[in-house]
Amino acid sequence: MKEELIVSGRMNPGIDPYLHIWHWQIPLYLFLGGVAAGLLFFTSLYYILGKEKELPTAVKWANFLAPVALVVGLFALFLDLKHKLFFWQLYTTIRLSSPMSWGAWTLMLITPLAFVWSASYLRELVPSWDWKLKILYDFEKLIIRYRKVIAWMLLLLSIILGIYTGILLSAFNARPLWNTSLLGPLFLTSGLSTGAAIIMWMSKDHAERALFSKIDLILIATELFFIIHLFMGFLASTQVQINAAELFLGGEFTVSFWVFVILLGLVLPAILEILELRGYKVPVAIPAILILFGGLMFRFIMVEAGQITRYLY
Amino acid sequence: MRYAMAIDTKKCVGCGDCVVACQTENNVPIGYCRDWVVENVAGTYPQIELEIRSERCNHCENAPCVRCCPTGASYIVEGGVVLVEPNKCIGCGACIESCPYDARYSHPDGYVDKCTFCFHRVQKGQDPACVSVCPTNCMYFGDLDNPNSDVSKVLATRKFKVLAPEAGTNPKIYYLI
Amino acid sequence: MRTRRDFLKISAVGTGGVALGLSTVKLANASTPGGIFSKKSKKQVVHERFPTYCEVCFWKCAGWTYKDENDKIFKIVGNEDDPHCNGRLCPRGTGGIGMYTDEDRLKKPLIRTGEPGNQSFREASWEEALDLIAENLTRIKKEHGPECVALFSHGTGGKMLAHLLKAYGSPNITAPSFAQCRGPREVAFTATFGEEVMSPERTDIRDTKCLVLIGSHIGENMHNGQIQEMSEAIDKGATIITVDPRFSTAASHSKFWLPIKPATDMALLMAWIHVIIKEELYDKEYIQKYAYGFDQLKAHVKDMTPEWAYGITTIEPEVIRKTAREMGAASPAVIVHPGRHVTWYGDDTQRSRAIAILNALLGSWGRRGGFFNPEAVHLPKYPSPEYPKPQKSWKDAFPGQYNLVNEVLTTGICDATIPNPDLGCNLKAWIIYGTNLLATLPNQKKTIESINSLEFMVVIDTMPMDITGYADVVLPECTYLERYDGIRTSPHREPNIALRMPAAEPKYDSKPNYWIAKELGKRLGLEEYFKWNTFEEKLDWQLKKVGSSLEEMKVLGVKKMSREYDDLYSLNGEDYEFNTNTGKIELYSTELANEGFDPIPKYTHHPEPPQGYYRLNYGRAPMHTFSRTANNPNLTALKKENSVWVNPRVAKIWDLENGQYVWLKNQDGVVSSFPIKVRVTERIRWDSVYMVHGFGHLEKRLSRAYGKGASDSELVTHVMTDPIMGGTGMRGNFVTFIINDPKKEVAS
Repeated sequence: MKEELIVSGRMNPGIDPYLHIWHWQIPLYLFLGGVAAGLLFFTSLYYILGKEKELPTAVKWANFLAPVALVVGLFALFLDLKHKLFFWQLYTTIRLSSPMSWGAWTLMLITPLAFVWSASYLRELVPSWDWKLKILYDFEKLIIRYRKVIAWMLLLLSIILGIYTGILLSAFNARPLWNTSLLGPLFLTSGLSTGAAIIMWMSKDHAERALFSKIDLILIATELFFIIHLFMGFLASTQVQINAAELFLGGEFTVSFWVFVILLGLVLPAILEILELRGYKVPVAIPAILILFGGLMFRFIMVEAGQITRYLY
Repeated sequence: MRYAMAIDTKKCVGCGDCVVACQTENNVPIGYCRDWVVENVAGTYPQIELEIRSERCNHCENAPCVRCCPTGASYIVEGGVVLVEPNKCIGCGACIESCPYDARYSHPDGYVDKCTFCFHRVQKGQDPACVSVCPTNCMYFGDLDNPNSDVSKVLATRKFKVLAPEAGTNPKIYYLI
Repeated sequence: MRTRRDFLKISAVGTGGVALGLSTVKLANASTPGGIFSKKSKKQVVHERFPTYCEVCFWKCAGWTYKDENDKIFKIVGNEDDPHCNGRLCPRGTGGIGMYTDEDRLKKPLIRTGEPGNQSFREASWEEALDLIAENLTRIKKEHGPECVALFSHGTGGKMLAHLLKAYGSPNITAPSFAQCRGPREVAFTATFGEEVMSPERTDIRDTKCLVLIGSHIGENMHNGQIQEMSEAIDKGATIITVDPRFSTAASHSKFWLPIKPATDMALLMAWIHVIIKEELYDKEYIQKYAYGFDQLKAHVKDMTPEWAYGITTIEPEVIRKTAREMGAASPAVIVHPGRHVTWYGDDTQRSRAIAILNALLGSWGRRGGFFNPEAVHLPKYPSPEYPKPQKSWKDAFPGQYNLVNEVLTTGICDATIPNPDLGCNLKAWIIYGTNLLATLPNQKKTIESINSLEFMVVIDTMPMDITGYADVVLPECTYLERYDGIRTSPHREPNIALRMPAAEPKYDSKPNYWIAKELGKRLGLEEYFKWNTFEEKLDWQLKKVGSSLEEMKVLGVKKMSREYDDLYSLNGEDYEFNTNTGKIELYSTELANEGFDPIPKYTHHPEPPQGYYRLNYGRAPMHTFSRTANNPNLTALKKENSVWVNPRVAKIWDLENGQYVWLKNQDGVVSSFPIKVRVTERIRWDSVYMVHGFGHLEKRLSRAYGKGASDSELVTHVMTDPIMGGTGMRGNFVTFIINDPKKEVAS
């Protein structure tokens, strides 16, 4: 029989008996980042395609949630820091080899842009809103004039935001579960899907809802495709990756993953949306909530399980 | 100049002196450790193999912890020693996630901490605390680029291995087997 | 039975002393409040250092205590000039700072109060405590005689208390290290070579070509110098042969591991002797010149062939021959290690005799790579009057026995304490210094019975060990980092002296042993024996007599001197008169024959475990010392509890999993007080279990040690006494597993 044990009593908090440095704050931020990325992607995309009038929710109203999601997400990140008083050090340097540095600066750019974008539509949503200061009115006119430029910037930045949440994890090759290049596209797709789900939920226009239903279906199919390939990749790889995959194929995360993420978060909403497109009456909140729930659970499970997988011992 | 350590598993008895010496030398809080001892048993009685190793941060040449640090708090100095600057560390934990050897930990004061090869001693020409205290004299420390250093001489004559070479980090702790 | 004294847990003490203590030294590990934008550097700058020698175990390595710029002790490092450690301390020595910082330390003298059934400790002043002790000692001297007081001591400080007791008039000064540990080998080697193995052992491991470890687990027992030398020997390509039923760390570094059946070592040793004589692998010239009794030995082992030994030990005959040849080829640079804790089955003196005979045949005694001649510095005693001559001693309780014993038996003291109509009187008072008798002596019931027969008991210690719960008075001593002590004059290759100097003031209200001894001396009318004003004065006087001084030793720490008596290796052909009856090495022991014991060892079969039981083997871990360090914060971080090693086949039978907690019950029905963690490992034989000694403390005030692991001492109830020297054989106990909490079982 084989034994491998640490005989000098190591019990570093958060490291032993297995790694648990990142808690709920990180998956929450990843989720909210994905939601914001999805919302901003669609708002900028359909603005550029000139569909502002046809898809009002997508372009004008849904994007109000994006800045909120970003701020809450950033706050969660701040809470996760263990050396909080020094957080400003993040913004004293750009480190190209660190995805976290990329993320910090991307957020630094996209958050004010999202605020500005939403602010430009504020007086359409709330007619009685008064900026009070003349400089703010001038600023609003400026934004409206340059909406196309901002839209292109938002499009690019939202894709970076969506994909970076996955690349952040996949850059840690010390955690075999995350060490796959599929994680980036997977998180982007998941983020877009959650964004589409919110737009679908908020929309009052039937045509808009149908469009985003279809978009969601395509995204869900893509996600399932990615997940299958994810597992195929793990099982064909080295022993540590096989062990990582086994966490989901008979290990402790099997039930939570397949039930919460796949069944409830992807398959069931897809079925409900197909039924709705076929004409059956389904309250639009249900598939939307399920997709959001699935997205959140997916990130929680990935962060928790990933920390358990390791190379040694 | 590349500092490295060689540890002779044929002499180590797993006493843990390296752990206690590091703790007193570097003021490591009780309940935390920068280095640890691993025991590996294989076989069936009475054909048994036993290997005991003292492990710590490997001060990798291709250190993922340095690459992923968003503020530059993790850095490499002259000699290849990987250090952490507490005043730049934000405690994000990325470096802890990125280490395949789980060599780092979160210090109670908020920043990330790990073995420093006792850099403050090395600068004065002394060995790290663990090397200088080991009662079996099984640890060697020195400059790989100097053919007369203890490490170079012992690596030239003995078989050795590193931990998890497949992680691709180029660790600099060699275990003589 | 109603006991006079309740076992008191020191948790009942008031908090006054605690508050005082906590305010003095803040732990060095607390975070420093820095500014928002910068943190104070954590690097400690060495500010001052003080020489000391370690007190955690008996090896007494010399070192330096370092203080940082905040005047706090922060590390202890070995003294490079010290032959015991060569500048490298072991984990206990490096972690000795934990003894100093431990907040569970004894802080104030404690006195027992109250009626039986409702007793507790109350804090007292030193005045009151010492007066009470002196009062009792004076009374006992008058009523029964000073010989009725005994001192148990283990540690450097015991010397001053022994001086006090001898001045008082009692010869009953004992250390557990004889009857519970190395006694058999000292008697055996004295019978063979006329000299003891001594402490530190006189084995020349660094120059040996073949090291045979039979019943020694160097590497797990942290004899610092021996481990260092074994490592050196490995570097030089020496062969190591380990005989052990367990795959010890030493076994993993050995060329040959002989997985012997427990309790059969004697057969193997005799078979080795047989092979070495038969194949003429012994040193003929050496035996011719120095040994007596070769022919008797040869006739005696004629039938003790490897085939005969195979049936007993399960070691194959070819392996026995091969290892014997390996030893013969290395002669004279070969060591059959005498071990240290050799009190196993009651025939231990005879087994040590076999080891001594084997060494003699291989010609290793007094030769390089074998056993060297150690020499100690002779430090003159500070002038004091002659000790009064005692009228009786503990030996009076054992008429006609133990004539070969020149130290005091701890268990003999216990026996002499329990009132016996055949004895004229019994011991009335014990002073216990630095030894946790409950974990040290086997058969706890007997120890407690002896304690209950006492009129008075004093315990002097640094920590509230389990034994303190039985005391009438508890005196807190300061740790070795806070006091001066006698000069260390241990024997070694080069005679040397080492100084212990305090690095800090005694914490709380603790005091050094010499102060306690002198204060008691004053109250007992023995001031003449403590004529020095300060202890430094005494040390300086002694040092000046050997060509040094206190000032010099404060700077050097360790000073080596030249040998005066004989050479390091002396048996290379010169004439030599051994300190035995015949003046030669006695392969056939005339001394033992005269006392009616076997002059040459014989194999005796020892009881084996009954069905469902497993032999209890115990040993050491390199990061702990006895039960003394179980509360040390630095060392509990390495190992906070022991585990019971179980062979996978046995685990399967009992359905035990790795990490599960079980209780152990021994053949006499005694159940361990606390559960112990199971370690399923191939490293242990299927007929035994193994656990590290020194855990399972019952004292709640030991916050880190209470309830952690199980105590093997509780389970050693069957003692096999060695008829030659009274050693307590402890390895004849067998245990079985209890899966469910025995207390709950009783309740339901």
